[in-house]
Amino acid sequence: MTTADDTRSMMDDSRLAMQGTIEALDSGDGSEPVVVNLGPQHPSTHGVFRLKVTLDGEIVRDAEMRIGYLHRSMEKLAEERTYTQNIPFTDRIDYLAAMSNNLAYCLAAEELLGVEVPPRANAIRVMFAELQRVASHAMANGTFINDCGAWHTPLFHMFRDRERVLDMFEMTCGARLTTNYMRIGGVAFDLPDELLPTLEQFLADMPENIANYEALLMENEILHARARGVGVISPEMAINSSLSGPVLRATGVPWDLRKANPYSGYEDYEFDVPVGEQGDCFDRFLVRMAEVKQSLRILRQVIDNLPDGPWLADVPLHARPEPGESYARVESPRGELGFYLVSDGGPAPYRFHCRPPSLINLSALKEMSIGGTLADAIVTLGSIDIVVGEIDR
Amino acid sequence: MSGLSGFSSVLGAWYDFRDLNNLQRLITEWIAEWGPDWIASIVTGVLGALAILGVIGPTLLILIWVERKVIARFQQRYGPNRVGPKGLLQPVADAVKLILKEQLAPRSADKLLFFLPPVLIFVPGILIWGVLPFGPRMSVADLNVGVLFLLAVSGTAVLVLFMAGWSSNNKYALFGAMRAVAMSISYEVPMVLALLTLVVFSGTMSVNGIVEWQQQEDVIFILLFPLSAVAFFFAASAELNRTPADISEAESEIVAGYHTEYSGMRFGLFYAVELGNTLVVSGFIATFFLGGWWLWGLDQWVPSWIILLVKTGAVYFLLIWTRGTLPRLRVDQLMGFCWKALVPATLLFVVVAFVERTLLISEGWDTTVALPIMAVFNIALTLGAVMLFARVSRPAALRRPARIRMAGAEIGGLRAARQVASRTEEPQFQVGGD
Repeated sequence: MTTADDTRSMMDDSRLAMQGTIEALDSGDGSEPVVVNLGPQHPSTHGVFRLKVTLDGEIVRDAEMRIGYLHRSMEKLAEERTYTQNIPFTDRIDYLAAMSNNLAYCLAAEELLGVEVPPRANAIRVMFAELQRVASHAMANGTFINDCGAWHTPLFHMFRDRERVLDMFEMTCGARLTTNYMRIGGVAFDLPDELLPTLEQFLADMPENIANYEALLMENEILHARARGVGVISPEMAINSSLSGPVLRATGVPWDLRKANPYSGYEDYEFDVPVGEQGDCFDRFLVRMAEVKQSLRILRQVIDNLPDGPWLADVPLHARPEPGESYARVESPRGELGFYLVSDGGPAPYRFHCRPPSLINLSALKEMSIGGTLADAIVTLGSIDIVVGEIDR
Repeated sequence: MSGLSGFSSVLGAWYDFRDLNNLQRLITEWIAEWGPDWIASIVTGVLGALAILGVIGPTLLILIWVERKVIARFQQRYGPNRVGPKGLLQPVADAVKLILKEQLAPRSADKLLFFLPPVLIFVPGILIWGVLPFGPRMSVADLNVGVLFLLAVSGTAVLVLFMAGWSSNNKYALFGAMRAVAMSISYEVPMVLALLTLVVFSGTMSVNGIVEWQQQEDVIFILLFPLSAVAFFFAASAELNRTPADISEAESEIVAGYHTEYSGMRFGLFYAVELGNTLVVSGFIATFFLGGWWLWGLDQWVPSWIILLVKTGAVYFLLIWTRGTLPRLRVDQLMGFCWKALVPATLLFVVVAFVERTLLISEGWDTTVALPIMAVFNIALTLGAVMLFARVSRPAALRRPARIRMAGAEIGGLRAARQVASRTEEPQFQVGGD
């Protein structure tokens, strides 16, 4: 256990270390490091996130992350609402991957209630989780190239794909971002008739679009110069920092919950886990590009083997689970997303906790950015792909 | 019949579309009948300045629209299409909005130095137009040291940028200003060297003289000195703060660089001058390397300034294209590229130009035979230099290809990672590397 005294002494230590850095920087000519606040309002902090960097010229000597500007007290609010009422909160935790968050929460609640999910619901859940991954990676890669300084062109091209995915969300559940689609025991609505033809067309068009992005970006010498060897993290350090998702896989560690701990029937689909080699920003970008292709592969299999039957199990709207606890985790586009629920037998969870991959991936930013330039720190931040709503909750 | 030919000869004397300079000569001659010479030169100078101001203003408004439309098309968007037909009035609406906005100044800014830059930045922005020849005799000031004037004037702008960045009392602005100064100092060198090649080879420092040399020898300089042209293009795009070299106002890093704190029309003035500079630099690239107002005899039939505008438009489109496509280089990479690649390469071509000029003048080689040979030689040398640079200068991080492997069965931590990495089969895909 960490006591308050321990925390205080840790803070003192870090302050001393900071002072040491500043003294070491003093070159004796009267120059001193500059502290620059990136954010909370800054074009490339992807929300209201504040990064306080100590600069020696253009070189980053220290980076301090300040979070909490988007805190909405979701975990506390969730303790006052029933299990079903909490699903809309999960949309708003990671608003770029609402489906994955819905899924993770519903899995946790189902474990607590002991609900069996019908096969059709599982297939639909996988379909939407993978569509969400395509949309989220489009956003991540687009904004990453933007952080590298491109004038929005790759971003807008990738937004075109994301737009089509969001259209499919809209025709299924009426919402685009905060979907609130999954329910405890299945999904809220069956697939509409027009969804499958749209999805077929999307799957038919995507390979050409991906080939276009690869032609534009993969061999781009400037992108290589900006992202290769930048923000490097070793596999050991990545595991020790508890990183997950594309950031971890870019270091070469083949860890994907869809394989390691299959849920919702992922064990029935064939797909590979792309891993990088060097753990730099460019590998993260490549891993995401490769993951989109694997998602399309899974989507193909889901459509071909879509079972018939009910899409929602018979679960009471105001369920009261037995006292106990449950933890469910899924591979969200950003990494391992977990929900921990504790029940005291009442209609609302006694404790509702979310393990947000963005927050934990972000914890390695300091490690990755010290020693590089300011521009490198921005590129590294972009390559981690944070969602501030998920960090602050 | 004779009356008609007499009329057309009168018309031809002062109203020939091919050369608007005739109008000015008419005024000069009319003033010379009754007044001293200096009145005539002042009047024509003022007229020229007014003409340039009158042309630039509307042109800039159209250019904003063009740039936004073209960039939008690159990005699969429509671009502005709401205000006026095809969105043509969008820049006007933007200008009105900027004028109506409140002019904010940081409380801790150096007030005088903060207010001056948006105005001062106009001085080099306008002066530089003075030596751009729109036709054989159509430049406001056909200086015999026009190239020197151009470089001197374009070099002063950075003082104003630093003034803006320093006085704002904002760290982003200061960073932007420091980057602007560092980049300007660095990229002036290859710019000067690239122009020195032309000056040495054509033997004149007059901008119009360089065009006339290209006309006489029936060749455009981009064929003779392609590397100088490319170096000048890149250095110019760096001086203009356009991607891939827009580090001094890098949006994702330092918000807006030196004009972060400027709001309303003060920002608008910076923006307008930047756009105007882009246009005039496109014009100078067209003049120096693409033959300016001359196009293999077509200038006999088409007004020379239209030829120049078309070439300028082509160069401008190229600038928009690079901006819409490429990411930004880092500060150190940009400086390294300048000093390690552009400066040696342009210096090499200055030497080449000296040697070839000596062969032409002292040895008396026949230009009709010698120039094509020299062009082929220089193009080969350029390709060789570029390939050598690409091979030698690649950083170590870029020499290894980036590989993505597919883990099928292996799932887990470090041991699984080592298993995947030790697999001998080819990776799923790899990019980059030597």
